[in-house]
Amino acid sequence: MYKAKRRLGLVFFPAFDWAISPTHPEREERLLYTQDQVFEEGILDIEGIREYRPRLASTGDVERVHICVPDVQSRTTESHLIAAGGAIVAAEAVLKGEVDKAFAIIRPPGHHSFRIVHGARGFCNINMEAIMLEYIRRHYGPKRIAIVDTDCHHGDGSQDIYWHDKDTLYISLHQDGRTLFPGTGFLNEFGGPNAFGYTLNLPLPPDTGEEGFLYALEHFILPVLAEFKPDLVINSAGQDNHYTDPITNMRFSAQGYARLNDRLQPDIVVLEGGYSIEGALPYVNAGIILALAGLDYSRVREPDYTPEKVAQSPRVSEYIARLCDESYQAWQQRDTLREEYIRGKKEISRRRRIFYDTEGLMETQQETTRVCHDCGGVTWIDSRTDQGRHILAIFIPRDACPRCQEEGHALFESSQTIDYPDGVFLQDRLEDKLFKK
Amino acid sequence: MYVGLDMGGTHTDVVLIADGRVQRYCKTPTDPEDYLHTVTRALDEVLEDVATGDVQRLNLSTTVCTNAIVTGRTSPVGLLLEPGPGLNPAGLTCGAKNFILSGAIDHRGRPTSSLVATEIEAADKELRKAAIRHLAIVGKFSTRNPEHELQIKEALSPTYDFITLGHRLSGRLNYPRRVFTAYLNSAVASIYDAFATAINAYADGRQLPVVPDILKADGGTLSLAASRSLPVETILSGPSASIMGALALAPSSRDTIILDIGGTTTDIAFLADGVPLFEPLGITLAGYPTLVRALYSYSLGLGGDSCLRVRDGRLSIGPERLGPALALGGPAPTPTDALITMGRLDLGDKGAARRGLDQLGDQLGLNTGEVANAIIKQMAGEIARQTRALLERINSRPVYTVREVLEDKKLRPEQVIVIGAPAPLLAAELEAAFGLPVVAPSLAGVANAIGAALSQPTTEITLQADTEQGFLTIPEEGIREKVQRGFNLEAARQRALAALQDRLRRLAPAAAGSELEVVEEQSFNMVSGFYTTGKNIRVKVQVKPRVSPLEGGEHNV
Ligand SMILES: [Zn+2]
Ligand SMILES: [Zn+2]
Ligand SMILES: [Zn+2]
Repeated sequence: MYKAKRRLGLVFFPAFDWAISPTHPEREERLLYTQDQVFEEGILDIEGIREYRPRLASTGDVERVHICVPDVQSRTTESHLIAAGGAIVAAEAVLKGEVDKAFAIIRPPGHHSFRIVHGARGFCNINMEAIMLEYIRRHYGPKRIAIVDTDCHHGDGSQDIYWHDKDTLYISLHQDGRTLFPGTGFLNEFGGPNAFGYTLNLPLPPDTGEEGFLYALEHFILPVLAEFKPDLVINSAGQDNHYTDPITNMRFSAQGYARLNDRLQPDIVVLEGGYSIEGALPYVNAGIILALAGLDYSRVREPDYTPEKVAQSPRVSEYIARLCDESYQAWQQRDTLREEYIRGKKEISRRRRIFYDTEGLMETQQETTRVCHDCGGVTWIDSRTDQGRHILAIFIPRDACPRCQEEGHALFESSQTIDYPDGVFLQDRLEDKLFKK
Repeated sequence: MYVGLDMGGTHTDVVLIADGRVQRYCKTPTDPEDYLHTVTRALDEVLEDVATGDVQRLNLSTTVCTNAIVTGRTSPVGLLLEPGPGLNPAGLTCGAKNFILSGAIDHRGRPTSSLVATEIEAADKELRKAAIRHLAIVGKFSTRNPEHELQIKEALSPTYDFITLGHRLSGRLNYPRRVFTAYLNSAVASIYDAFATAINAYADGRQLPVVPDILKADGGTLSLAASRSLPVETILSGPSASIMGALALAPSSRDTIILDIGGTTTDIAFLADGVPLFEPLGITLAGYPTLVRALYSYSLGLGGDSCLRVRDGRLSIGPERLGPALALGGPAPTPTDALITMGRLDLGDKGAARRGLDQLGDQLGLNTGEVANAIIKQMAGEIARQTRALLERINSRPVYTVREVLEDKKLRPEQVIVIGAPAPLLAAELEAAFGLPVVAPSLAGVANAIGAALSQPTTEITLQADTEQGFLTIPEEGIREKVQRGFNLEAARQRALAALQDRLRRLAPAAAGSELEVVEEQSFNMVSGFYTTGKNIRVKVQVKPRVSPLEGGEHNV
């Protein structure tokens, strides 16, 4: 019989009765074969592995992270709330000490969801990890948290949510944005003025192989984590870097994902994307589970695996080595770089366009953040969509100083609904409240 | 006329039921050295002066296999495993000889790597050299496609006594359990075969008009003939016989707790809307989790003969049983002594019971009456506490659909049925501890044998169809057949029910008219590159579990 070296909590929510549309990659069948594999391996019988039942996340849990326009109810389905609730259940099992680690194998995913939600992007409506993390902080006290996003797509939503947060280090490994949705995630995306350096992107070239991912782990991610010293490490575990994935171009394997998790030893793992539902997911998920539980995963292999399928060219290897080097240096110089970036500025603004591919909707944001040495800084976003929606969203961060909190509320008071017909929103993380007018 | 026999670890109970009433019952000690004699002696006793020609049904629950496994008196088994990719199979090598073979079948039943003939030849040679006669052949995902298991068997010498093929045991997915179940099935085959042969001879000798059926852990029976190839199905049938007995004695359509209070343990089970709850996968025996379908039953080490002690100024009950009550010459005070002292039970040496309780009382600072009350109250309290913990666990079992999360269906018992010899004597304390009405039916002491007599054949099968590949499989029946592209859920349901009907006719001809039901069904569209390529359909059907209620009123025996 088997016994896990580390106690592992599993939340398995395949949402067998929910799909974006019948033939969409995000459909009922997606986790069917993963469940078959997990059941057939007898993983749930292993001593030390415990399965938890997911529950619904509340509107308040979502509003702690997102400003949904016009409201949470109209931007989510029950399946989204259960996936978020499932992630929360997994996290709580760890925080309560019932298990050492947890893995939320849930769908739909969430890492393309921004602070402001006008609709679905990249199959995501709300951000499961962020809702989970802010739930943890609200109920279990402040925490330094690192998110390592190993989905093949840049987690632009998670980056947006933690852009101004020094207590959350967001590291994303993904296929270069010049070759894949959502087209972001470059080295110069380095965090907001008050959290400069706490967003780290590693855009990997197409055809990055097993070696490349593990190199980035050893030579970039692990050294950065050793310096950041997080209380919790989260793996945002998209599985679309797999060599069989139909919508990406990478060459990672089940062994690779397992080894990555074995080395990283995240506290909580949350499934993101991954659409090779037969050739990859059953094996990748089994591999991650075994690696987290401290069980032998050396025999987890895809049926069609060959070393050639995960090999990479010397050029790719060299490129990745340079990339890691450059990124690591930037990380180490983050304080100096920040000084240069904010020098003499009271506020820093950016203007950008955010495409909602699932709905064919374009949003334009004008975002301004107060430069602050005491907190993440109050931020406000003027957001319009090409379908005529127009709102103002104000964000008071979790660690807000009195001045930033005051300014946020003052701005909310003085803003006129006549200027923002679809609402003025204030998310006050200190009070854990969403105000709307 | 129905006869039911339940063989327990210490006692064997047998009842004779006619016209919906228990006509006769007897209790005899179980002789662990001679199960056959235990059975025949009990049957002889209950059938004495009975016109055996009227016996319509004879159901036996036997501990032959359970005991062989627990004590290790089993045949050595050669295990041929095809684990494919995944968990390291080193934890599964429970056979006397184990062979890890190449080859793999995937989750959709597609062979993804081939068997290697030389490996099988080498295994065959070694097994024959070691004179191993019993084999189990088990492949991962063999329930989705049994062809490799069949090919391995074909490739072996035809000289083995007994071979279990994993896919025939259950349609449920769980490779380690399939391995252990197949192993146990082969390990007990010979000892069970001898028992079955002797029972057959006995039935012939007594000129019984029926061949005995054998009880299973799922509250049903299977024919003696069928049980010879599936002896593992006979393990741990005792608790389910009791549950079925409770159902017959106190029929209910509500959420219910069933307690079977015995000498050493209290078995806790549940009814959901009056239907017994099942183990999700199968029963565990001697550390082997199996795929043997079973009614849910939790055994708590607390019974009428549990040893009473004072530890750190507090009373403790069980979990050991050191022997019978002091009143019956045992070595230590027990709850039975408390019941005797309270005057609820008229049994044995009352003075001995009282003296034992007084000793406990001295340490606890209580008088005799107070100690006796405290013991029974604490016993009821511990049973209630454990039951609540089990309910909590059952109610947090995972679910996999949005609908089920929103429904949030929970088991909320409204009553407690207690059976077992001391059951009626504890009713008041249990009612207080549970805060629920407690029903202690008459004849609670032989509920197990009543359940045995009234149980009926059960069986289930699993159908999996993959219309893209154009196949369906029903592993328990060894069926793998072609399907057309238009094959759908309705067609799958009909095919599964027809196969179940055939199986029932074979396993229990007398029960061919039983009601069948669909217990699970799912149909998934399979999509490749944004086009639907077929359907993946899963259907599970079973014989509806049931028990005929007894006539109400007093049972004059
Ligand atoms: Zn990423
Ligand atoms: Zn992705
Ligand atoms: Zn501030």
